[in-house]
Amino acid sequence: MQHRTIHLDESPIRFDRWRRRLPNWLQRFLPSGGGSHEDHHGKGMFGFSVFLLSESIIFLSFIFTYVALRLNTSNWLPPGVSGPELSKLVIINTVVLLSSSFVIQPAENALKRNQLRKFRRLWLITIAMGIYFLIGLLIEWKNLDFKLTTGLVGSTFYLLTGFHGLHVLAGVVLQIIMLIRSFIPGNYHKTHFGASATTLFWHFVDVVWVFLFSLLYLWRA
Amino acid sequence: MTHDLSEAIANNREPENNWREYFSFSTDHKVIGVQYMVMTFIFFLLGGLLAMIIRAELLTPEANLVDRPLYNGLFTMHGTIMIFLWIIPFNAGLSNYLVPLMIGARDMAFPLLNAISFWILPPAGLLLLSSFLLPNGTAQAGWWSYPPVSLQVPAGQLINGQFIWIVSLVLIGISSIMGAVNFVTTIFWMRSPGMTFFRMPVFVWSVFSAQLLQLINLPSLTGALILLLLDLSFGTQFFKPEGSGDPIIYQHLFWFYSHPAVYIMALPAFGIIAEVLPAFARNPLFGYRSVAIATLGIAGISIFVWVHHMFTSATPGWMRMTFMATSMLVAIPTGVKAFAWTATIWRSKLHLETPMLFAMGGAAMFIFGGVTGVMLAATPFDIHVNNTYFVVGHFHYIVFNTITMAIFAGIYFWFPKITGRMYAEGWGKLHFWLTFIPANITFFSMHPLGLQGMLRRISSYDPQYQGWNVIASLGSFLLGASTLPFIANIVGSWLYGAKAVDNPWHATGLEWTTSSPPPRDNFEEIPIVKRPPYDYGDPKYSFVENSDDDE
Repeated sequence: MQHRTIHLDESPIRFDRWRRRLPNWLQRFLPSGGGSHEDHHGKGMFGFSVFLLSESIIFLSFIFTYVALRLNTSNWLPPGVSGPELSKLVIINTVVLLSSSFVIQPAENALKRNQLRKFRRLWLITIAMGIYFLIGLLIEWKNLDFKLTTGLVGSTFYLLTGFHGLHVLAGVVLQIIMLIRSFIPGNYHKTHFGASATTLFWHFVDVVWVFLFSLLYLWRA
Repeated sequence: MTHDLSEAIANNREPENNWREYFSFSTDHKVIGVQYMVMTFIFFLLGGLLAMIIRAELLTPEANLVDRPLYNGLFTMHGTIMIFLWIIPFNAGLSNYLVPLMIGARDMAFPLLNAISFWILPPAGLLLLSSFLLPNGTAQAGWWSYPPVSLQVPAGQLINGQFIWIVSLVLIGISSIMGAVNFVTTIFWMRSPGMTFFRMPVFVWSVFSAQLLQLINLPSLTGALILLLLDLSFGTQFFKPEGSGDPIIYQHLFWFYSHPAVYIMALPAFGIIAEVLPAFARNPLFGYRSVAIATLGIAGISIFVWVHHMFTSATPGWMRMTFMATSMLVAIPTGVKAFAWTATIWRSKLHLETPMLFAMGGAAMFIFGGVTGVMLAATPFDIHVNNTYFVVGHFHYIVFNTITMAIFAGIYFWFPKITGRMYAEGWGKLHFWLTFIPANITFFSMHPLGLQGMLRRISSYDPQYQGWNVIASLGSFLLGASTLPFIANIVGSWLYGAKAVDNPWHATGLEWTTSSPPPRDNFEEIPIVKRPPYDYGDPKYSFVENSDDDE
């Protein structure tokens, strides 16, 4: 095996053995000394993942509030309110949002292989799916029989879906910016980092929705 | 993305050592660090001024100096300013200056983001202060702003002190998150070749641990504040008991951040002590690796102790027991640190310059504050002294006597590196004694007061408490006066001080290998690290020839 300088003399754990087994991206995070100064893409993606860790804590604190309030409240639904319904609209919306993750990933892969036309096509489909979800959310809000101020059910429902909707909106805005950027010549590397980060963000928003969907619609009162 | 833009800005920058740079939008981590430190010091003075008005009010048992709403506003703003606009951002500033130098990097990982996270703070701070001008004054519910008290503001007004308090705290939180992302990425990615994790100075370990806590815990405060804002101004009912909401949930979310916030403040201070003690004792830091692991350990345990602030909040018995145990567990890694400091200066020849005096003073005070901390972690005792001046005394021993003293140690220690000039030693020592003695007079008096039962956050009290209160107040005025020699020294020395050499303390550590002040890119060449930190006294490693020539 080719010898590689790893500074192990100060490590209490045998990192050399570990490092060989771990996938490449995880190895970067282990104590090795001298993360690459030039790997801007990797550095940016690392920073962005760390940021998403923070974002997930805000969602967790809201989910904690929702669960705690719901467990402590005997009559969760005020009289005359049926609560958020698992309607056809919600199901289609969920399917569209979750399947968009399987569109945006090939788009990013295409960008990695420099297939710009394929990237733009798939990227545009993702944007459309995101906008579809947002319009669906607004229609759902309009049809509900409770408001933000209608008891705890209203407070928590609009908080969770609204905060998630803001993230979807942010994702769509990021996607539109990246699409525009991909038409500016000589901008490939910038677009690539931005597109990778946007893809990661989009997956994150989808995963959060899986939890919110289960808590809000599948947990019956 | 950010990198290219910041490089473009960097290439157009003005010449070196231009004072205008400190008032400009710079992406240099050193400029940003100084900007942070100077701005937060101004807030420190403001917060101290508020504290002295509070102490002046407490000279007499009657409330005769300020009216009660203003008094409430004073202690709320004092706490908020000292925590969110002094210690935490000051640590961010010092870390900003030092971390890239200590790990051998040319700048932070995301320089533009770094500048933005600083420039959010001055508007947020001014916004917070502007609430003094509102007809109903500032927020009055204390720095923790528990509902339902914090929701009892004049109805029908969207803009009130509490509203502004929440908005500015969310802004400060956003700035801190951006900073934390930057620090964690910098420490993971920007280390110079050979700078392994176990070759990093303890200060870098401390910053790393503290910033991890910011990332993991701060969003919970932001979440709580968003919910509070919705309750306050938009008619939701998360924390309103009358709408079957639950104010206790706010306490959980709040303390999930605000207990670790104590360590976000304290860990970098411990880091400073761990840098200064070895340098002035000419000894390697005792048990370096244990100290580094203990730093992470403190951060790790501190995530699971928040309920000890809620022992009297109708908390079930099993929870009290569990969190009593975890809270006491923190004493183990902090004890490791305290013993390591003691062992570092054991049988060494001490050089008692100002930074060393402050570091030793801070370390000694930490023993006292730590012991009362373990006392407070015990549920029965905590219930006894809950909401009394004993608690106030305890945390001021930590936040002032330990952390702020360590910060002063850091300012004096790195002053030659930052400014390229030496401070005046005599003035520094005067500052130390004027700080150390009054600080103990002020904050020790609070312990007997609390044990006798004097409550915190009241402007009038039973006359039996007056004796200790007068002592505490007089001490606090002296403490306030002690800042004057400090300011005179720092400003005077920055302008007219003697030129400093690159390594005036003959300290180890990469930051001392570059010039004072460091050039734009920190190092002529990226250093390659081949030795452990704190190799004082080992001539084999020492890069300063004859490092004992001052003896």
